[in-house]
Amino acid sequence: MAGIVTKQAKAGARRARGPRTPAQIGLVLIATVFLVVFLLLPLVVVFSEALSKGLGLYFAAITEPEAMNAIKLTLIAAGIAVPLNTLFGLGASWALAKFEFKGKSFLLSLIDLPFSVSPVVAGLIFVLLYGTQGFLGEWLADNRIRVIFAVPGIVLATMFITFPFVARELIPLMQQQGNDEELAARSLGASGWQIFRRVTLPNIKWGVLYGVILCNARAMGEFGAVSVVSGHIRGKTNTLPLHVEILYNEYQFAAAFACASLLALLALITLALKSFIEWRGHSGS
Amino acid sequence: MRRTLIFAALVAINFLAVLAAGCPQSAGDGLTVELLNVSYDPTRDFYREFNALFAESYGRKTGKIVKVDQSHGGSGKQARSVIMGLEADVVTLALAFDIDAIADHNLMAKDWLGKLPDNSAPFTSTIVFLVRSGNSKAIKDWDDLVKPGVEVITPNPKTSGGARWNFLAAWGYARKKLGDDGKARDFVTELFKHVPVLGTGARDSTTTFVKNEKGDVLLAWENEAQLCLREFPGKYEIVTPSLSILAEPSVAVVDKVAKRHGNEEAARAYLEFLYTEEAQELAAKHGYRPRSDTTLKKHAEKFPKLELLTIDGDFGGWAKAQKEFFAEGGVFDQITTKK
Repeated sequence: MAGIVTKQAKAGARRARGPRTPAQIGLVLIATVFLVVFLLLPLVVVFSEALSKGLGLYFAAITEPEAMNAIKLTLIAAGIAVPLNTLFGLGASWALAKFEFKGKSFLLSLIDLPFSVSPVVAGLIFVLLYGTQGFLGEWLADNRIRVIFAVPGIVLATMFITFPFVARELIPLMQQQGNDEELAARSLGASGWQIFRRVTLPNIKWGVLYGVILCNARAMGEFGAVSVVSGHIRGKTNTLPLHVEILYNEYQFAAAFACASLLALLALITLALKSFIEWRGHSGS
Repeated sequence: MRRTLIFAALVAINFLAVLAAGCPQSAGDGLTVELLNVSYDPTRDFYREFNALFAESYGRKTGKIVKVDQSHGGSGKQARSVIMGLEADVVTLALAFDIDAIADHNLMAKDWLGKLPDNSAPFTSTIVFLVRSGNSKAIKDWDDLVKPGVEVITPNPKTSGGARWNFLAAWGYARKKLGDDGKARDFVTELFKHVPVLGTGARDSTTTFVKNEKGDVLLAWENEAQLCLREFPGKYEIVTPSLSILAEPSVAVVDKVAKRHGNEEAARAYLEFLYTEEAQELAAKHGYRPRSDTTLKKHAEKFPKLELLTIDGDFGGWAKAQKEFFAEGGVFDQITTKK
């Protein structure tokens, strides 16, 4: 959540000249072992299990109708949640970082709410709100609108969970940049929209991208909240993570890991993009 | 500016897609029927084959194309989902009690149990032990489960229908063997001390036992145990205890939902088809004890005879058993918090 904190990176570069004392070497060793055991090995296991029955079964597992549907649904959910949360995040961080108003800290903690609430609880909130016994349930049922146990519920849950990512990324960045450039633009006669587009946005574009990527990764990987609102109808309301669980429970371990490897690939792509953006953001600023 | 417009257009398209997906589906053209069967965990494989069988037979009779969607999970959780709005045309759950809960919310008639033969349970099952090949801990009956060093895997009775049967079977055995409810309570308390993890559903616990290789004995539905024998030949053995419990997984049409979908006739036909010889044979293949005597005799070696308690006869029905044992503050809560 630290974002692009260039000062720290520079300071780190000045100090790092390789470990020298035994204690330093020991610490590096511990860190390396930890990374291998907790991050690298699981990744290797995912791909080796996925390919354990051969490439043919791997592709069969990710192209069968239920898997394709799960992939489609995951893309739909992320495709809606990410752009909307990006718009929201831009607006919220702009308002929070550049202006002073009453209730600012309350709004800030409200934005953080999805981070502090357990995903399962988040899902249950939607069930209680939109379920037939719930708060809005009767009205929805009368109008034959399905929210939970259908695609809209999954989208809503995903949006809720990924709500803070972009905003949280941009608020510190914008605060750090301050208001000077905006004030200069204003004094030269720029309108509000012009200031936002030509001054604010270019300054934070790498931060926006970074937030979008994190938001997307979480949107596609979300399990807990979506599991509660999904209803688990095969080929209809299963997202990719839910599909992985089902396959695993059916003893189709190779197929489960094949689908899991798609999510792992997404993580790797995210990581690569993230490093690229950090590098660009670093050299750009 | 143009990019912003394109972005806005994309957002708008996405919105429309969600609205379209959320809109109620039309009742169909009268030729295709879509049913949703909300079921419990271990029936996944049975219903996959059964649905194909039914679609074929129903199509032949009526000329309609049937598509049956499946949803699986812990029985209690599934009932909850149906109550909260999961639009099941039929429910095929582990316990009559879970279907009663749905009926309590007026989604079907309260007397649903009598609408189909044999208590609306087209096949039965019982609780057996699955042990690792060789049975190194020499487990033969319930009292062997509390021997020192034996680890027992069973799901949580709070969330899993199967686990409630496990619990009651153990209780029934102890009461019969040791004489009274107090001793049965001690026995079951001791038994749950031998349980290292409580899974959420039957399949969850099976995976714990099979894939994660945890525990010495899995308390499982007979059908689930037989599935493990088929999936992993030579790795496991089934131990049938001297006494167990008769499980009657019940089925019912969710009248209110089926009516709204215009599926009443197809939903009823779907459940009635479970009682045909073809379906009974399929049930036996998947390890469920068929109701049909001829099919049961054909598979006698697969389903050894044992003494079977019943919920109604020995525990005063599900409502009473549920309240006494599994409700908030019931016997299960008492013995597990005391630990």
